[in-house]
Amino acid sequence: MREELYDVVVIGGGPAGLAAALAARENGAQSVLILERDTEPGGILNQCIHNGFGLHWFKEELTGPEYAGRFIAQLAGGGIDVALDTMALSLDAATHTVCAVSRKDGMRAVRGKAVVLAMGCRERTRGAIGIPGARCAGIFTAGTAQRYVNVEGYMVGRRVLILGSGDIGLIMARRMTLEGAKVLACVEVMPYSGGLARNIAQCLNDFGIPLYLSHTIIDIEGDGRVERAVVAKVDEHRRPIPGTEMTFECDTILLSVGLIPENELTRGAGIELDARTNGAAVYENMETAAPGVFACGNVLHVHDLVDYVTAESRRAGAAAAAYARSERARGGAISLACGDGVSYTVPQRVRVESVEKGVDVFFRVRRVFDGDLRVTARCGGEVLASFRREHLAPGEMERVTLPRVLLDKARGTVTISVEEASV
Amino acid sequence: MHMVDVAVIGCGVTGAAVACALARRDVSVLVLEAENDVAMRTTKANSGILHAGYDPEPGTRMAKWNVRGAQLAKELCEALDVPRTETGSLVLAFTDGEVRHLEQLLERGRENGVPGLRILTAEETAAMEPHLSPVKAALYAPTAAVVSPWEYALAMAENAVENGAEVRLSCPVTGAEPVDGGWLLHTPQGDVAARFVVNAAGVHAGEVHEMVAPKSFETIPCRGEYYLLDKSEGTRVHSVIFQCPNELGKGVLVAPTAHGNLIVGPNAEDVDSTANTAAGLAFVAEMARKSVPDVDLRQNIRNFAGVRANTDQKDFVFGFAAPGFVDLAGMKSPGLTAAPAAAEDTVALLMSAGLGAPEKENCVRTRRRVRFRELSNEERAALVTKQPAYGRVVCRCETVTEGEILDACRSPIPPCSIDGVKRRAGSGMGRCQGGFCSPRVLEILSRECGIDPLDIT
Repeated sequence: MREELYDVVVIGGGPAGLAAALAARENGAQSVLILERDTEPGGILNQCIHNGFGLHWFKEELTGPEYAGRFIAQLAGGGIDVALDTMALSLDAATHTVCAVSRKDGMRAVRGKAVVLAMGCRERTRGAIGIPGARCAGIFTAGTAQRYVNVEGYMVGRRVLILGSGDIGLIMARRMTLEGAKVLACVEVMPYSGGLARNIAQCLNDFGIPLYLSHTIIDIEGDGRVERAVVAKVDEHRRPIPGTEMTFECDTILLSVGLIPENELTRGAGIELDARTNGAAVYENMETAAPGVFACGNVLHVHDLVDYVTAESRRAGAAAAAYARSERARGGAISLACGDGVSYTVPQRVRVESVEKGVDVFFRVRRVFDGDLRVTARCGGEVLASFRREHLAPGEMERVTLPRVLLDKARGTVTISVEEASV
Repeated sequence: MHMVDVAVIGCGVTGAAVACALARRDVSVLVLEAENDVAMRTTKANSGILHAGYDPEPGTRMAKWNVRGAQLAKELCEALDVPRTETGSLVLAFTDGEVRHLEQLLERGRENGVPGLRILTAEETAAMEPHLSPVKAALYAPTAAVVSPWEYALAMAENAVENGAEVRLSCPVTGAEPVDGGWLLHTPQGDVAARFVVNAAGVHAGEVHEMVAPKSFETIPCRGEYYLLDKSEGTRVHSVIFQCPNELGKGVLVAPTAHGNLIVGPNAEDVDSTANTAAGLAFVAEMARKSVPDVDLRQNIRNFAGVRANTDQKDFVFGFAAPGFVDLAGMKSPGLTAAPAAAEDTVALLMSAGLGAPEKENCVRTRRRVRFRELSNEERAALVTKQPAYGRVVCRCETVTEGEILDACRSPIPPCSIDGVKRRAGSGMGRCQGGFCSPRVLEILSRECGIDPLDIT
């Protein structure tokens, strides 16, 4: 088996891996290797042919392949090797050795002075949510359907029902309509959408596709292929309410019911995961509990905008480069805890001494909040920082920046909460 | 018209076992399967348990075939490279009444010749399986095993083909009539003449029987629904966990599968449908938690349902329906376990009726499959150097390579669907359920087997 040594090994060549690799080079890494399982870099962006990418990062509206292309173009210039069609099979967190395999290079053991995990995420399936009914053809996860339609050039159906209002489902509602299919409705079990407000407007409302909130599919019928689906309203415990059934005559059901970070390698390496994000627990510089192993992008937590993936992954790449030249983060860590209304935070821990100006904390909220809101960071009851917001929704990732000067005051766990002004 | 020696109707595990046994003898064998692949009905959707044999009434055909079948399965799975794990099984008793039932099962098992049976105390049970609810006692059967049921049937069917049998897919038998020296079977692909016929048509065996003889048994298709959990739950229990059997069958079990997942189910409902129902799954979940309270059903990757070929007969249905026309029907639980023993007796019955079938001198008795995931890194390196297709991982969840998918496409019974590849190579079996690999499998299958992508399901 070939054995090689790099400053930084990046697992995954999607938007996270690309940004991390480029940032590692900019920050002094002499040799970077990207391991990408697909035949070209870019990851899921390659099948996202719609626009809307890059508004924050490039201040422009780009398609997915264009956004990826901006980064791929920078790979040239030396210092970054890209191994395509190459699957990472295992990671040894102690020695930073990645076992990978490809047709071209066979099995190889690649050691990085630092390793960046950027494997992305996968879609939740029908099994994960247990939809009853016939197990016929015509039921796709939205992302798989997107690949068939946008990349492979196959139309997956003509009369489509979408379950779940995640962003990929919303995007596919528009795509299928533009390709000539009839999208009958989008059905969401929660009382709010799981996707971005702009996607509800641009992908459903603009095409007259109804969104049924607090509804779910209770039965699928069909002999060989989907023929119809029965949808019912649900109560506050998400139980179907008898008498509210609606039948949709459809040949296709697309599922957009959530994404799960793909952490098989992380788990195999024995690296601590956070049950709330399903990703690794990380410090302020995206370093996992395994020293020198960093994580970023959707493998860490599911993002709504690729622009944030880019920003986060640049931090991971820069930190990996620093680690590769033997710079270690300093100081004891304080924990970030989830208070009222907050479902997770990334990072989960902060080594305050290693923070320069401030640390960006990403989080999601548990439900929709409207009105005069404060996102607070408290330590032992004392408010360290408070940020005003008017609207918070689970479908949209939130970010606050905690300045170093305020973190210096923390004596223990800092709790991030949503506080509503008393009316 | 050319007449084959034996036509086997149905290529589930029973038909496949019969074909496998016959093809090792000097006879011509033609298997007629209604579906587009082997193992498409009851065989592919069941618990995948090779039962130890304490359940059936002593002296019955069921008891004999169960115990003999379990022994034969061990040899066959080894020889034909079929995933099988000897997990052992426990029947749990929660009440004193159920403890008495265990004693009956123990007695029955000993009469049936099941080796190693013993009753464990509450403490012994808890030590063996720490995630169980507290029990009064449990019956331990060390010889119980789990098997990949469709691979078992496929392996036997492939072996039959290797030894000269023909398997004709998408070929349902629509009628049968006696002709001079045998039978004429009607199919949409033309008539087939055979000296002998074996009816192994599973849930449809009653219909086939009635093509040649008056009705003698009633088929009562009985649906069972399941959860299949992610491998992260695969070690929640290490043996097959049964509850005390009742009028609804062997009850809901929790067991590791031969692939390392955890299977939970089934219920029992007399309907001929493979749809899942909210009520059925809720029942299965409730019963499973009775045995294993912390089983994490959120780790579910797939629900499915299978239909048992139950009949109104207590025992398996076996014998001549008409001269030269053998019924091998009503193969309800433990039918999967019984299959190779049933095949042995079927061959003997056919020979007693005049099928001259000497054993072949040279026949294929083994099968080997490449399973990249199970190889050491050194073995992988050597394999990929020789055959680079094994270096491209197509199914990421299960680490199945293009080489293994090509092997499946070039196997003795080539697949014609993405699911067919899945059953042979294991691609799409994992937690993403084919989300990533389906388009790639579609491309390889289309190219290798010359099928239009739009015709592939």
